[in-house]
Amino acid sequence: MADRDYDDIPGTYVFDGRRARQGRALNAFCMSLNDAANRERFQSDEKAYLAGFGLSDAQTRAVLDRDWLGLLQLGGNIYYTFKLAAVDGLTMQHLGGAMSDMSRDEFADMMIGGGRPIDGNRSSQEASP
Amino acid sequence: MKLVGGLGTSHVPAVGAAIDTGQQADPYWAPYFEKIEPARRWVADADPDVCIVVYNDHASAFSLELVPTFAIGVGSRFGPADEGYGARPVPDVEGHPELAWHLAESLILDEFDMTIVAELEVDHGLTVPLSVMYDQPDRWPCRVIPICVNVVQYPPPTGKRCHELGRAIRRALESYDGEDAATLTVMVVGTGGMSHQLQGERAGLVNPEFDAAFLDQLVAEPEQGRLRPHVEYLREAGSEGIELVMWYVMRGALDDDVREVYRQYHVPTSNTGNGLIVLENAGD
Repeated sequence: MADRDYDDIPGTYVFDGRRARQGRALNAFCMSLNDAANRERFQSDEKAYLAGFGLSDAQTRAVLDRDWLGLLQLGGNIYYTFKLAAVDGLTMQHLGGAMSDMSRDEFADMMIGGGRPIDGNRSSQEASP
Repeated sequence: MKLVGGLGTSHVPAVGAAIDTGQQADPYWAPYFEKIEPARRWVADADPDVCIVVYNDHASAFSLELVPTFAIGVGSRFGPADEGYGARPVPDVEGHPELAWHLAESLILDEFDMTIVAELEVDHGLTVPLSVMYDQPDRWPCRVIPICVNVVQYPPPTGKRCHELGRAIRRALESYDGEDAATLTVMVVGTGGMSHQLQGERAGLVNPEFDAAFLDQLVAEPEQGRLRPHVEYLREAGSEGIELVMWYVMRGALDDDVREVYRQYHVPTSNTGNGLIVLENAGD
């Protein structure tokens, strides 16, 4: 598929058709966690629960390892992968930190300081001139 | 039917959690809740019978198995959804089936191909704006017609299309002839945004200059603002900031000339730049 006009935005995984195709099984697994009984089944035996969803080996590893950035790179959508984080009792600030190589507290402090600045983050050219 | 105005607001889940757990006076939250107080007073004064709430579902009622670009809830009751961590402890949302069906029929014949949804659980995208407006009542003071817009699976509809949908909603409201039509008061609510990015190495992005310019243009130059390309939202407002296209549905339901009654902007609420705006038709 041709390059997209948003492909040069750094650190951003736009959930387009390419990612939807790649992440179909992974996101279906995450969606199942909307059900409390499924959350319990998953927590009691993660590997057995995952076996029913047809994830790739890499996706399975990323789920078991809670590799939040890897999950996005393997087709996960943040609203779906967040359901996995919620099972672990994590907040979106934990995930924001984990995906950008910061602790939860460092991330929360960055937000209180006004968030991640736009300058330097618009494009890969602007990020590394 | 009387259109009392339009309101745009972020729908940050953490705001809902702060209200649900009684943290509104905590140092982290107090400045935000002070800033929205004038809007709460305006809503209380306007006291609309029906709020048409334009929001997006976040993998709650709809999954990637079924992604309607525009959907309308025509049921009489919408319960809060379990988004993966239990449903919010908020009242069920009561619908207005007669007006909702009129809107659905009118919009489709006006060439907006709505998905009609009778059974719908609503997530934070819809219930947090209600909490922003009404705090924590035992029963929501208004009935609600959910208009659900896809902004999760790229591409969302364009700002122009959203603006035109809002205009079609206005036309539908004007032609409503139900038994409560003579006295019915309606408000339209656009939700989502403002600048924020939840995902990836760029998570935490906030762009106050963009957000201020977006609001200025939404008020005064919607014909230009609605043409903002998706890539500009993604780049300048963050991957989830593209939710802001939904504010153009609200804007389209109002007159071309509006009066800005109130605006607040606050950073941060959780991972977002949080904005709110109240608009009235200039002729009112």
